[in-house]
Amino acid sequence: MTKIDTSRPETVLPTPSHTVGPFYGHALPFPGGGDIAPVGHPDTIALQGYVLDGAGAPLPDAFVELWGPDPDGNIPQVDGSMRRDPASGGFLGRNGVEFTGWGRVQTDANGHWTARTLRPGARGRNAPYLSACVFARGLLVHLYTRIYLPGDEAALAADPLLSQVEQARRGTLIAEDRGDGTYRFDIRLQGEGETVFLEFR
Amino acid sequence: MTLTQADIDLEIAAQHAAYEKRIADGAPVEHQPRRDYAPYRSSLLRHPKQPPVSIDVSKDPEVVELSSPAFGERDITEIDNDLTRQHHGEPIGERITVSGRLLDRDGRPIRGQLVEIWQANSAGRYAHQREQHDAPLDPNFTGVGRTLTGDDGQYHFTTIQPGPYPWRQHLNAWRPAHIHFSLFGTAFTQRLVTQMYFPSDPLFPYDPIIQSVTDDAARQRLVATYDHNLSVPEFSMGYVWDIVLDGPHATWIEEGR
Repeated sequence: MTKIDTSRPETVLPTPSHTVGPFYGHALPFPGGGDIAPVGHPDTIALQGYVLDGAGAPLPDAFVELWGPDPDGNIPQVDGSMRRDPASGGFLGRNGVEFTGWGRVQTDANGHWTARTLRPGARGRNAPYLSACVFARGLLVHLYTRIYLPGDEAALAADPLLSQVEQARRGTLIAEDRGDGTYRFDIRLQGEGETVFLEFR
Repeated sequence: MTLTQADIDLEIAAQHAAYEKRIADGAPVEHQPRRDYAPYRSSLLRHPKQPPVSIDVSKDPEVVELSSPAFGERDITEIDNDLTRQHHGEPIGERITVSGRLLDRDGRPIRGQLVEIWQANSAGRYAHQREQHDAPLDPNFTGVGRTLTGDDGQYHFTTIQPGPYPWRQHLNAWRPAHIHFSLFGTAFTQRLVTQMYFPSDPLFPYDPIIQSVTDDAARQRLVATYDHNLSVPEFSMGYVWDIVLDGPHATWIEEGR
């Protein structure tokens, strides 16, 4: 039964998740999905990495959603990530000025993804991070992780999540600095170096 | 050796029996599939083996995941929710309308949020380059739509009844007809991608993807209800499908929104 009676809370139960399957590529990705940073913004960082399976093979059919605050730690409440053109019915792309904080990037045939966004600011006791959500064929429920940026060791040491993760796996949550504001962050779904994934309650 | 439907049937039955036993032993109801559900072979190398690290969001209102990206009128066009009007001609197939409400676990409507859908055409073929199923493409149907929920969490799509299709996981593997849905809540923790099915599909017992939801009641929540009152005279069959997003959210922030 899929008409939910909201007057009976016991019937308000979650809709189960399913895989995105292999054929979302003409539906979900959109032009400029990874160009989250406004054009020419001085706090722009570039992120790149691979999504890898338990055999170390890259996934050509995964996508990652990134969600993060602006450099002051404020959460954007700005729409326009996937602006549409009412004339042509196509995508207009972002306007290049406003920062929505959210992007969606598909892995390419090599399992590689890239994004440009703004360096996130800290919120509360947390070290600065971007939230990342991974979807793929074969993945029945999407996976959450976080992309922390290296540099401020004191902030990372005080972070509530990083301090509860075992030392050997902590590094999977911290991007590698490649210089000039570029960072590498691989997502390993399974096996050696498996990324730390998160659940929220 | 060729993997057959009979092999998969046995695995599905074993997974179901194992779940029933867990419930009988007092384990909690599982509303979500397990990521290591082996009858769906693509999951084998793509599920984590380490347990997830748990974050109690009630202890920290500042976590980024308690907020959600925003979408607005700029992100859709007026006819994005009518998949039958995206080309010059009419698509082939049975016209349907699918509507429902987007709700949180407290039964409250989620307003102004993005709903994206995609699906195969009436012959069971996706307008995707890598799709190899030898069924006709429909030049008048792309099978992609999006909309924003209304004040009562309502969404509404006009589309074509998708066809079932073979998918080669095992010999004679067929997916029941379905529409893919992608949903956002008021918190990023509520993100959901899923599939909506149609009532009484004879393929349900054979499909390891729908059967990955081993709880019988939870699986039923993926199946839309036919509602004759929603059928439009001389136009379309009407289905209703309410969606409830899981995941904690920040009720104290969203008050009065």
